[in-house]
Amino acid sequence: MVVPAETPASIKNWTRRHLLGLEKLNREEIEIILDYAAYFKTLQKTRSKLDHLSGVVVANLFFEPSTRTKTSFNLAAKRLSADTVDFTASGSSLSKGETFIDTALTIESMGVDLMVVRHSSPGAPELLSRHLKTGVLNAGDGTHEHPTQGLLDIFTMREKLGSLDGKTVTLVGDIKHSRVARSNIWGLTKLGAKVIVCGPPTLIPPEIERLGVKVVHRFDDVLAESDVINLLRVQFERQRGAFFPSIAEYAHLFGMNKKRLQRSKENVLILAPGPINRGVELTPDVADGKHSQILHQVTNGLFVRMACLHLLAQTQARETPVQ
Amino acid sequence: MSTLLIKNGRLIDPSRNIDTRQDLLIVGGRIADENTSAANIEIDESIDASGLIVCPGLIDCHVGFREPGCEEDETIETGAAAALAGGFTTVAALPDTFPVVDSRASAEFVVRQSERAARCRVVPLGAVTKAHQGEELAEIGQLIEGGAVGFSDGKRPISNPEIMRRALQYTSMWDRAILNHAQVPELVHGGTMHEGFQSTVLGLRGMPAAAEEIMVRRDIALAETTGGRVHLMSISSRRSVEEIRQALSRNIKVSADVSPHHLLLTDECMADYNTNFKVDPPIRTEEHRQALIEGLKDDTISCIASDHQPLSGEKKSLEIDHAPFGIAGLETLLPLCVKALIETQHLTWSQLIKKLTVGPATLLSLDSGTLRPEVVADVTIIDPDASWSIETDQFQSKSQNNPFDGLTVTGRVKFTIVDGEIRFRQDELS
Repeated sequence: MVVPAETPASIKNWTRRHLLGLEKLNREEIEIILDYAAYFKTLQKTRSKLDHLSGVVVANLFFEPSTRTKTSFNLAAKRLSADTVDFTASGSSLSKGETFIDTALTIESMGVDLMVVRHSSPGAPELLSRHLKTGVLNAGDGTHEHPTQGLLDIFTMREKLGSLDGKTVTLVGDIKHSRVARSNIWGLTKLGAKVIVCGPPTLIPPEIERLGVKVVHRFDDVLAESDVINLLRVQFERQRGAFFPSIAEYAHLFGMNKKRLQRSKENVLILAPGPINRGVELTPDVADGKHSQILHQVTNGLFVRMACLHLLAQTQARETPVQ
Repeated sequence: MSTLLIKNGRLIDPSRNIDTRQDLLIVGGRIADENTSAANIEIDESIDASGLIVCPGLIDCHVGFREPGCEEDETIETGAAAALAGGFTTVAALPDTFPVVDSRASAEFVVRQSERAARCRVVPLGAVTKAHQGEELAEIGQLIEGGAVGFSDGKRPISNPEIMRRALQYTSMWDRAILNHAQVPELVHGGTMHEGFQSTVLGLRGMPAAAEEIMVRRDIALAETTGGRVHLMSISSRRSVEEIRQALSRNIKVSADVSPHHLLLTDECMADYNTNFKVDPPIRTEEHRQALIEGLKDDTISCIASDHQPLSGEKKSLEIDHAPFGIAGLETLLPLCVKALIETQHLTWSQLIKKLTVGPATLLSLDSGTLRPEVVADVTIIDPDASWSIETDQFQSKSQNNPFDGLTVTGRVKFTIVDGEIRFRQDELS
């Protein structure tokens, strides 16, 4: 694909203060983010520190444990010379005696420009966006959306495939409890991809066909037509009771292994949002094999997050008058 | 004896199929007998009800007043004030307080607090099972002596069918109804909203309509085998209406009510995660909404209830899956019914008032809900054409959790009269 050497010209078309999910974005907005991510990827080849967010304060509010996403956001902000502050709280706001909105308002009062929010409750970042003056970036809200993960998956696919128009992407596994699945579906369908969701009926949420995806329960049936296979993590922590009889049976029916890879397209891309359960969603040989994009995804995540932070900071600077 | 004359109003009394221009005379706290006329006695006070509807005082068959135990949300006094402002002269308080109203003493406490407040009549519903644990029957006979007019475990479904069967058998001794929250708990555990396309998009855990329908079918089967009276509170699903319609055609003693929010909204209201739309049972899709309206039209559903669930602001400002269920609905029920049912011409005023008087009075075996001569004068006077804006910060209720804040509505309560005494005048407020 063409890597823009200059700043993408489209920044004026970005007007959003918050990034809450890919549902709300149109195709052009998604492409602006992807183009900026590509731009930062080029700039980062020299590993020099950039100053796009110089003077901007980014707070990471993680109300749910996370190491990968938090590290990636932190590094993205730092590579752009932002000041960062971390706030980690476990459990619901009730157990702390302070509501979650109060917590965010407190952090905001310390002079924060952007807030990166991870929370176990769907809609929590949206709730904050209505109460805060800062820009809010959703870093995963329960089983709702995880827009930067969706974007980095799409960025990785676009980088390898050129365009997603007409390409077939199969999402495998726990669709019901997956915010990554929802963000992937919104983003991919907007960019013209054909999306298949594949998993046991207990892990397919009702009426998901209305999002323009095809539902399939037998993984083997869709191997041959998939350009990309995105293996979602089994969300043991979000499941309540047994949605399938055993991990062994899950791996047998929905795990990616050498045999299945042989029946897939020759250049199939294997993605997994991680952290992966080796031997469950995919076998180690596939995870470490040539089709695997797992580590590229992690690398690209940094550039996608740099792009998102930069775009939101621009809006914030434009809309907040200097005191 | 004091006298009150309500002149020139449109008198609607569904209990006697009356809808006509007629004066109403109240003497000594009761509707005047047929031999007394305003012409030959002295009138202490009169109300000009030109252009207004004069009807029996409205009755709500289940409200949550949260006293004792959660007085930060509502007390019997503030709840009764909200009821008056909503046009209600009698409300039945759910027993799901802390402690639960499962003894004669606790029922008498509700009666006592109602008398102290001296607003509308607050009558207790007694618990079906001790502490709402669903295991042992509460002392139902004693509760009746303490004033209980019906039985319920509040928002806790009576999930053990054998307990429900015994409860229906036992209460049939007094011909009292059991008001059940029809829902299979295992199917809605952790749920926040109706299960369907919207819950899929929003990533919120769903509460399938089947959870209600299974329980409705079970309760109908148990009412049939026991001969007991079962009432299904705030039904929300199309199949529930169908099941009840069939059961009524077989003369099973089943009844149901519906709440205004289920008549007006669909699950798309959850799109911005506003916790004030979070109710149990959840707001469902258009096909369910339409079916509930049909159920009202053909009298499958005999009552409309606010399902008033006041909750203090800090409870509702939590994340949506942590926030509790409920809408404080007493003060908005009437205009919302006008919007959902009168403006759309689904019901006439007389039919609507019947669902708010005769329906709940029959359910709870009350003498009220009528303007028959010589009954206690509980009267509501409504301006059917008044246009106004709902402002939750003007509520009499202690809580403001109501998603209709800011909505312009038509139809407003002007006077609420209890025991022949004007207890609420809308003009006095503003």
